Parts: sequence; structure tokens; C-alpha cells
Amino acid sequence: MPDERKKILEVRHLKQYFNVGKRDEVRAVDDVTFDIYEGETFGLVGESGSGKTTAGRSIIHLYEPTSGTIIFDGQDVSKLHGKAQMHAFRRKIQMIFQDPYASLNPRMKVKDIVAEGIDIHGLAKDDADRTKQVEDLLETVGLNKDHSSRYPHEFSGGQRQRIGIARALAVEPKFIIADEPISALDVSIQAQVVNLMKELQIKQNLTYLFIAHDLSMVKYISDRIGVMHYGKILEIGPADEVYNHPLHDYTKSLISAVPVPDPEFERNRIQVPYDSSNELADKKRRMVEIAPGHFVRCSEDEVAMYTQRAVDAGLTT
Amino acid sequence: MDQAENIIEVRNLKIDFHTYAGEVKAIRDVSFDLRKGETLAIVGESGSGKSVTTRSLMGLLAPNAEIKGGSIMFHGEDIIKKSEKDMQHIRGKDIAMIFQDPMTSLDPTMRIGMQIAEPLMKHKGLKKKEAIAQALEMLKLVGITDPEGRINDYPYQFSGGMRQRIVIAIALVCYPEVLIADEPTTALDVTIQAQILDLMKDLQNRINTSIIFITHDLGVVAGMADRVAVMYAGKIVEYGTVDEIFFNPQHPYTWGLLNSMPTLDTASGSLSAIPGTPPDLLDPPVGDAFAARSDYAMKIDTEQEPPFFKVSDTHYAATWLLHPDAPKVTPPAEIVRRQKKFAAMQKPASPVKPAAAKE
Ligand SMILES: Nc1ncnc2c1ncn2[C@@H]1O[C@H](COP(=O)(O)OP(=O)(O)OP(=O)(O)O)[C@@H](O)[C@H]1O
Ligand SMILES: Nc1ncnc2c1ncn2[C@@H]1O[C@H](COP(=O)(O)OP(=O)(O)OP(=O)(O)O)[C@@H](O)[C@H]1O
Ligand SMILES: [Mg+2]
Ligand SMILES: [Mg+2]
Repeated sequence: MPDERKKILEVRHLKQYFNVGKRDEVRAVDDVTFDIYEGETFGLVGESGSGKTTAGRSIIHLYEPTSGTIIFDGQDVSKLHGKAQMHAFRRKIQMIFQDPYASLNPRMKVKDIVAEGIDIHGLAKDDADRTKQVEDLLETVGLNKDHSSRYPHEFSGGQRQRIGIARALAVEPKFIIADEPISALDVSIQAQVVNLMKELQIKQNLTYLFIAHDLSMVKYISDRIGVMHYGKILEIGPADEVYNHPLHDYTKSLISAVPVPDPEFERNRIQVPYDSSNELADKKRRMVEIAPGHFVRCSEDEVAMYTQRAVDAGLTT
Repeated sequence: MDQAENIIEVRNLKIDFHTYAGEVKAIRDVSFDLRKGETLAIVGESGSGKSVTTRSLMGLLAPNAEIKGGSIMFHGEDIIKKSEKDMQHIRGKDIAMIFQDPMTSLDPTMRIGMQIAEPLMKHKGLKKKEAIAQALEMLKLVGITDPEGRINDYPYQFSGGMRQRIVIAIALVCYPEVLIADEPTTALDVTIQAQILDLMKDLQNRINTSIIFITHDLGVVAGMADRVAVMYAGKIVEYGTVDEIFFNPQHPYTWGLLNSMPTLDTASGSLSAIPGTPPDLLDPPVGDAFAARSDYAMKIDTEQEPPFFKVSDTHYAATWLLHPDAPKVTPPAEIVRRQKKFAAMQKPASPVKPAAAKE
């Protein structure tokens, strides 16, 4: 059970605000608490602007959190100091970015992009070893070695994303934050990449924070799912449970909007609308374990209602 | 189905890219029609030429591209023969495009309100004040909260999904006759995606816009498309109505595509990915380009290019499996399941069954 497993990441009451105190203050991440266990895939879903990317960027310490703590591998991320500690941290945690266009340097050849981490961390014995590692990585992500001397602009969107994945894998990280890693890929390559990520996870004991909006793929790849809305996580639970028996109304609405590859189903789709006024009402809320391992952000007076939903769904007694 | 008028007719389009490594034969003899008021979805492997094909309709190919042959007829005139000056009148007004990547289609130095207003000033001769007022309406339509407060913001101040909604607002603001949407909702969550798709359908109903919709999300295709064209390695390999492609697919690539989706009840274990990598378009294979990755390849697939075989008046597929002399093969189980459903749908006497519950 998860509790016996090692926590590789502990996020506590994380707040990440932008333009603090100004008129255009944005509470991109607003009191988020969750754990990720070593070797698991934690899927983070939620609407555009809900703060998923910001959460990922805070974890990798691209921002100084407004408040809250992030413990990675037993270490408080905001207390890392010195080049050496930062260097070691950056090797353990890698991010695959949402935008395959902006994240690749247009003036670098593919082989140099992929080898970036290999060079920074001195992971190649010599030039031949570097070339071999790069070629293996390209093959791993479904490209071939004659691609290595080309520039990013010569590739399609999906091909570029695979280059980004190869770059992240190059330093053999422990933890990968994959921000929409497959949304630019066609489904057959998505399946390849997802299968590949699963395979690598087992071989290298990798942990993933998988950010995406394709819920059917998130459900498939994730052990647990967290649902984000307006900077807050509203529900966390085992992937199957969250998908098949969502407890929070927002999650229900989100799942009802998932497109299904069946024209007949689509013609008869019924979407569940969501009314956010309750969520926005200024009540004190925290994550409450409604069923085993299944948390909902709620106030004390909402616990009974969610518990009843969980009982009705057979998640708890 | 009564045949609507064709707005665009693409015939035998061939496009190469000059690169240091050689000639990339990106589009290899592509023909299709776009009918008035329809949504044509183009699906297919990454790198198969979906974006290049549609960019050519806008006269927006990279400098190293060369059109080697074919024609693109729009209102009886060949777009390929038009000057850049002529294209500037068409682009954004008659044919608008939502690009795959929102950041390169937005000007980082210009306030978003101005970016939406600009086409109205350029093509419709609106004054700045009127144009900005319409831009505000557009921002509301695409679901940006607090549009008044955000109209003067710059692109970097928005999340990926919100930026794409702004791009959509720019494309729709002139009510174009043809809208090319290249992965318009890839950066969006499903709720906003559903809103944007409804918005596009609504616009289509109101002004009878024809839409070319490129996406990897077969769920979105199922909900949006009237017809579907499947591309592989620079060619269209199959096209038909949305029901024909989803429930009676014929090309092994289409099978592989439909088979690699996780269904909502796919348990753990691995997905049925299509093995291998797409062919190198510097030196495209002879015959059926998909043969090397297909479990159903026959000898002839590596020797001779398959012509289009007719499946129905609206459905064609370029696979030797449809040749009368080809052996009968059994497609993957998921495809057989879909074909059974198709057979049931063909019987007009039996009422359409309600869609299965999603769980
Ligand atoms: N550097 C920044 N300055 C100001 N606001 C920002 C900044 N980065 C993000 N935001 C805002 O924070 C909020 C959360 O953005 P974020 O990119 O984390 O969302 P997301 O969940 O990843 O959305 P998407 O699915 O569209 O990628 C948005 O309102 C966004 O506009
Ligand atoms: N400027 C260019 N120079 C060289 N080759 C190019 C150029 N632009 C595109 N190509 C090649 O043309 C082919 C078709 O690319 P295109 O962008 O149309 O693919 P796509 O089907 O849209 O893929 P995706 O789904 O990944 O966006 C690819 O093999 C790509 O590498
Ligand atoms: Mg994001
Ligand atoms: Mg493309």
C-alpha cells in the first residue's frame, strides 16, 4: 500500500503567487498539498490556467515559492545552496516541457540538444560514447540516428517533442516532471511514448509527475490522479477511482467532457455542467481522506456529503 | 448525402523541402475536396504532412519548400499561382488558420486586443475603436474571463490554453469562409476544449464556414468531423465519412491508429502502439509506405503503390487488401468490434441503440 512506500516528494501548503500585492496578482498555486511515492506515476489534471505547469515549475525550483514547503528526496528544495547541491538536484529531477517549439534551441543540432545534460554532468567517456548515447536515446524515443545532425525546425511538432524526451532521459534522472509530454503527438506515437515511459519507469525506478489534460491517457498511465482547479487540488485518489467514481462535482464535470473515439457516442454526449460558486465561497477547506487513499478538498460540514457519495460508490463503508 | 459544392479542390499536390541532407518529399500526390459547410478532419502520423498540406492552402510554406506539382483550386482560381500580395487579401479574411503552436502565431510585443482587432482593420476597414469593441466580444466568445481587464495584456501573461483561445479569436474575428484548425485544442483542457469545439460548430452553422480540422485526438474527430482523411508518409491512405472511418476502416494504418487509443477500460499492460518509425521522406519507400510496420503487408506492398479502391460512394482506401485477389485477413479485435457495430448501424430497420455508458 502507498503508505509503506517511500515518499520521494512532499508538497505542503504550496502557494505560488505572481505579482504579489499588485492589482494583477495571480494566485497560480494556492495552498496545494500532496505526496508522490517513489516509482509511481502521479497524474495532474485540470483546466487550462489551473496552475499545473506552475506547480511543476515550483517543484523543480524555477520559482521561489510564495509560501509552503517542497521536500524532494528528504531535502527541502528551498534550502539547497551552493552550486554542487543545485547541480545534483538538477540531475535527479528533469522536466519535459509542454511546448516542443519553445523548448528546443533552434540553433543547436539535435545531437547537441540531446547531449546537453550529458555534457553538463560529464556523463560521456569520450566523443564516441557521447555519440552512442545520443543515438541510443534517439532510437529509444522513436527517431533515427540520421536525425542527429539536423536542426529542430526540420522536424514536425511530434518529432520535436520526442527530442525533448530524449534530452530529459539523457541524465538518467530519478524523477521526471512531464508537462503535457504527449499532447503534441499522434495517438500511435503517444502509445509508443507512454509504453516507453512505463518501461523506463520499471527499469530505472523512475517516478513521474505527469501533467496532462487527456484524461483517458492520464488514467491509463497514472497510479494516482490529482485534479486541480483555480490553483487548488480538489480531489486526489487512485486513478481508477477518480475516473470511475469521482467524488467532487468538478471532477465529474471534467470527466463528462472527455471526447470518446466513437462518433455515435459523441452524437449522444451529455456533458455535466459545473457550478463553481460553492467552491469559491470563502470557507476553510482542507484535504480530507473520504475513502482509503481518496482525498477531497472540503470544509468540515461537507465531509458527511462526500462520505455518503463514497459509500454509494462502494469506495468505503 | 447530397453533394455540397466544393470550396477547395486539391489535386495531385507534391511538395518537397530542400535540406542539407537532401530533398524531403513531404507531400507525395495528395488530392482532396473541401465542401461548403463541412468539417473535414485530417488525421495521421506525426510528420505525415498534415500541417504542410494545410499551410500550402494559405500560401504559407517555409522558404525551403518547393511545390513540385498539382493545383489548389479556390473559387475557380489556383492558389499556387497567386502572388504573395493576392494571398495577403485571402489570408485571414477568406481562409483563416489556427496554428498548432500558439506562441509563434502571437506577437509577443503587441497587446492581445490589438492583435484580435488588426484583421478587422486590415480586411474590413474598421476603425480602431470599433475593431477593439469587436475584439472584446470575441474574447468573451472564446471564454476568457474578465475580458475587459485582460484585453490590454500581452501574450506571456496568459497560460498555454488561454493563449490558444486568443489565437482562435484572431482566426474567427473576420468570419472566414474556410477555417483551417491545426491542433487548435491540443493545449486545452477538456472542458475548454468542449467549449471551443461548440464555438466552432456554432460559427459553422451560422455562416456555413468549411473547416479543416487537424488533430491527434480521435475523440475530437469523432465529435467534430463530417468526413475524415487519414494521412501517412505524405499521402492520404483512406478517406470517408466519420462513421465509415471509425466503424469500417480498411487501411492497416487506420486500424493501427484506432487500435492504439486507450479505451476508457484499457487496464494496465501496454497499449497497442504501432511498431517502428515512420519512413524517411528523404527516400520514401516504394509501394505502400506503411508496409514495413504492418502485420498485414503482402509482397506487392513493397513493390507497387496501391491505388484507391472504392469501398462506398464516399469511402476510398489505398490498400492492396481491397484488391479482389487479396487474401481475406482478420483485423485487430478492436477493429472487428467496430465493424460489427457498423454492420448493425447499416440496418435502417433496427432503431439506433443509445450510446453505451462511458464506464
Ligand atoms: N510568470 C507569470 N506571471 C504572471 N502570471 C503567470 C505566470 N505564469 C503563469 N501565470 C498565471 O498563472 C495561472 C496558472 O498558469 P499555468 O501555466 O500554471 O496553468 P496550467 O494549468 O499549466 O494551464 P495550461 O493547461 O493552459 O498549460 C494562469 O492564470 C497564468 O496566467
Ligand atoms: N521547413 C522544413 N524543412 C524540412 N523538412 C520539413 C520542413 N517542414 C516540414 N518538414 C518535413 O515535412 C514532413 C511533414 O511535416 P508536417 O509538419 O506537415 O507534419 P504533421 O503531419 O503536421 O506532423 P505533426 O502531427 O507532428 O504536427 C515531416 O517529415 C517534416 O519533417
Ligand atoms: Mg501548463
Ligand atoms: Mg503538424
